[in-house]
Amino acid sequence: MSTTTWGWLVLAFPLAGMLVTALGFRRWGGRDSNHVAGWIGTGAIFLAFVCALGALVSLQGHTASHRELVSSLWNYASTVGIDAQMSILVDPLSVFMILVVSGVSTLIHLYSISYMDKDRGFVRYFSYLNFFVFSMLLLVLAGNFLLLIVGWAFVGAASYLLISFWYRRTTATTAGIKAFVINVVGDAGLVLGTFFIFKHTGTLDLLKSFHAAETGAFGHSPNNGDLVAGCVLLLVGAFAKSAQIPLHTWLPDAMEGPTPVSSLIHAATMVTAGVYLIARMHPLFERAPAAQDVGAVVGALTLFIAGTIGLAQTDIKRVIAYSTMSQIGYMIMGVSVGAYAAGLFHLMTHAFFKALLFMAAGSLIGAMAGEQSLEKMGGFRKALPFTYACFIVGGLALSGIPPFSGFFSKDEILLQAGERGGWHWALYVIGYAGAVLTAIYTFRMIFRAFHGEPVAEARELEGGHLAHAAVPRNPATGEEEDTDVGFPGPEHAIAERAWPMRIAMSLLALGAVGAGLVQIPKTDFVIDDFLKPTFATAKAYEPAGKTSVLVIGLTLGTLLGLAGIALAYRIWGVGARDADGRYRVAAAIQARTRPLYELFVNKWYFDEAINLLVVAPVAATGRFARDTFERVFVDETLIGGATGIVRAGSAAVRAAQSGFVRYYAALLVIGVAGVGFYFLLQT
Amino acid sequence: MSIDWYLAVSAIVFALGALGVMTRRNPLVVLLCLELMLNGGNLALIAFSRMWGNGDGQILAIVVMTVAACEVCIGLGMIVAIYRRRLPIDVDELRELQG
Amino acid sequence: MSAVLFFIAAIGVITGAVGVVVLRNPFFAVLALVGHLVSLAVLFLLLRAEFVAAVQVVVYAGAVMVLYVFVVAYVGGEGESIGERLRRGTSTSGMRVGGAILGGALLVELFIALLGTGLEATSGYGAGYVPGPQAYGTPAYIGKLLLTRFLLAFELASFLLLVGAIGGVVLARRRGGIDEFSGRQAITPLNLLRPRATGTTAEAVGTATVHDGGSRYGA
Repeated sequence: MSTTTWGWLVLAFPLAGMLVTALGFRRWGGRDSNHVAGWIGTGAIFLAFVCALGALVSLQGHTASHRELVSSLWNYASTVGIDAQMSILVDPLSVFMILVVSGVSTLIHLYSISYMDKDRGFVRYFSYLNFFVFSMLLLVLAGNFLLLIVGWAFVGAASYLLISFWYRRTTATTAGIKAFVINVVGDAGLVLGTFFIFKHTGTLDLLKSFHAAETGAFGHSPNNGDLVAGCVLLLVGAFAKSAQIPLHTWLPDAMEGPTPVSSLIHAATMVTAGVYLIARMHPLFERAPAAQDVGAVVGALTLFIAGTIGLAQTDIKRVIAYSTMSQIGYMIMGVSVGAYAAGLFHLMTHAFFKALLFMAAGSLIGAMAGEQSLEKMGGFRKALPFTYACFIVGGLALSGIPPFSGFFSKDEILLQAGERGGWHWALYVIGYAGAVLTAIYTFRMIFRAFHGEPVAEARELEGGHLAHAAVPRNPATGEEEDTDVGFPGPEHAIAERAWPMRIAMSLLALGAVGAGLVQIPKTDFVIDDFLKPTFATAKAYEPAGKTSVLVIGLTLGTLLGLAGIALAYRIWGVGARDADGRYRVAAAIQARTRPLYELFVNKWYFDEAINLLVVAPVAATGRFARDTFERVFVDETLIGGATGIVRAGSAAVRAAQSGFVRYYAALLVIGVAGVGFYFLLQT
Repeated sequence: MSIDWYLAVSAIVFALGALGVMTRRNPLVVLLCLELMLNGGNLALIAFSRMWGNGDGQILAIVVMTVAACEVCIGLGMIVAIYRRRLPIDVDELRELQG
Repeated sequence: MSAVLFFIAAIGVITGAVGVVVLRNPFFAVLALVGHLVSLAVLFLLLRAEFVAAVQVVVYAGAVMVLYVFVVAYVGGEGESIGERLRRGTSTSGMRVGGAILGGALLVELFIALLGTGLEATSGYGAGYVPGPQAYGTPAYIGKLLLTRFLLAFELASFLLLVGAIGGVVLARRRGGIDEFSGRQAITPLNLLRPRATGTTAEAVGTATVHDGGSRYGA
């Protein structure tokens, strides 16, 4: 079976899974107590993963210079200079991405079977989730700009469907719309960027486009105006999808979706689409260093700002969301300075430990009967041992402590950033500052939730009984909910009791621990070598660094991580709560740095700024259009005027139909006279 | 008299008929004036037939008379029907086909 | 001699025409038209169209005008005086002025057409006349033409007459057949004596019927 056939199969299975679950809704009913739809969905993605492995093996069978394979199913249009085909590109980068995506997705599907148990929308959920995986795979396998844009848009749509999955919650639907609108802004950037690039290369095919760029379609000096514009617009698309400043405001709100959705879409896959885009378009970006700089700066800013916001959040899912934002900032920074392998390696390890963290958070939320606020949690260490262990593993990986995977990937990015020299040292410093913040907020979360006095739910669970709320409520607004339709189901699942959750989390934990071993600096270069054919034309692909800088960097990273954990322990660790449950040291710090705290808790006021700058003027324009323009100009002048003219004209014409026979006779005589006159003139 | 005298008379009669159709209000008289116009045309036909020397004009004049008879029949029938319905016998009042 | 006759007949024609247009009483207008028709028959004779002249007097003046007389007697129609008409409003007087102008325009145009031909073709006395049994204008001549060259026109004209006759009967007949007794009026011996649906004038005007006359005629 040829490599590209494996590629098409990778796309076919999730699509088939989506169709089967969607069309089988009637057979299994929404709630699907036998979880048939769940197993079908998981099976479909697992088959996709197997095919991705097949593609990997088959790809490695080719020689290194022949590992970029394009296969086209049919032509959409080949006229007026546009070559629109349905073609996929199977090369090391896309195989890497489909392995990560399908692998993590399989585990998340498995986890969801238990998590979404007894939810009325069980079948709908798996249908949407399969659709999402199909779209993401389409995005990374796309062989031309057209399919890339199609996959991009589908992923945004799937994200909307899944965020507002519990559609009866107004908070969820608002969040879904917000995510979709911001994603559409990114889509517009992507499409416009494509146009700017197409203008010069004249082809939509990716490989042909890159070849054209390399052979001078944009001139021979860097920073051609159109290319920079195109790349910056592509970056806009990447920022919207990957939740970078200033298009990031949708990601925390997207936590309204079910936790596995947050785990898949907003940690491991969709938000990494921006990173993939920049890595894929590297021939274009390398010829537009200005755009690369923009990406690096924005990545660094996001990294830092998200880290600070994460320090002050109380909703556990939002802490992890800001952590995602911060880590994606690392990746964007990495691929923007040219550290492609490092950035993608971090993408892989991050997928593992972030998905693991979200799954564990889901288990914890289940134990809390749907409550998500850190302020109501505490002391779950004895009640949820497995979940605690997963949190620790994920947290250590996230903080970059050796030998966990996060350590290797994160430090490699920073190393390469530092190596670029010049002002890139600032990125290096910001990166390490961010590492401290990462460790602090991660372990703040862990210590607050698992250490200290057990709360009521924890004690109930230690006694062997899973807590249930008397009346199901929306955790954000407290309004009552009905578990029958459009709201979360009545049951909550925890990892300790559901074996699918345990299996998924264990596999991810293994990945979080061991994935770093494939790319130990100076020792093995599995990822580097694997991805090399894609980045054959990239400048400075290999980390050339001096060993001394490397060792300093690695040690610094470890020390900063440990320092962060120690600080978190001091503030939120054992015995730090006072009589009314507030952390004394934390409260003291909060009091001393009040303005800073306010800034962090209000997420640096981005939402308010966007509201003021964008939403309010547009809403005012809309109101003006409706009340004034539409009413006065269109209705009264244009439409009223047109109908008035017609009415007057027809009234004038109607006057001729008087009914007087004598007038008609007179008209006849006039007619006769006229005809006679005409003939008289003729002679 | 030469033919053009006859044609002149025909023209006068025709014009008088047209004037009557446009001026009178009683539908009966309007029909009478219509007859006038037809007779004017008949005279012109006979005159031209005399000019050419063949009988085509005369045949046509006979046919015109036939048509006139039918038309009078129908028209008078309509007026009788209108009268029977107690509607005013006045073309200015009978104008429902307006607008 | 023929010129004198022509002028007498022409004056008769034009006087009759003017009478039709001007006379208020419709009965007098009908009489004026009869005079006009007879004078026209004389003019036809002067043009050697013997048969057509006879047809004119017999059919037109004889049958059609008699029909007109009957209907005028039935319907009547009040002639209105000039004063009444002027008081009625502008539409009528405006129409009279407009009508006069238009009629005049038509007349002027026809004269231009007549005179504009240069008076050559029509300045003669027509083609030559050869008297004989089937000469121009005799019934034999017309009959031969009707049955040979103009057979189709002849047949169509007769068909048209049939249609016209039926149409006239249909239009003018009284509606309804045997009506129910509406019981609104008292039955007098005189009512019983008058048979129903026989077309008496009293029935027509609705004063003699037992039943409600107005509704029968669908007003």
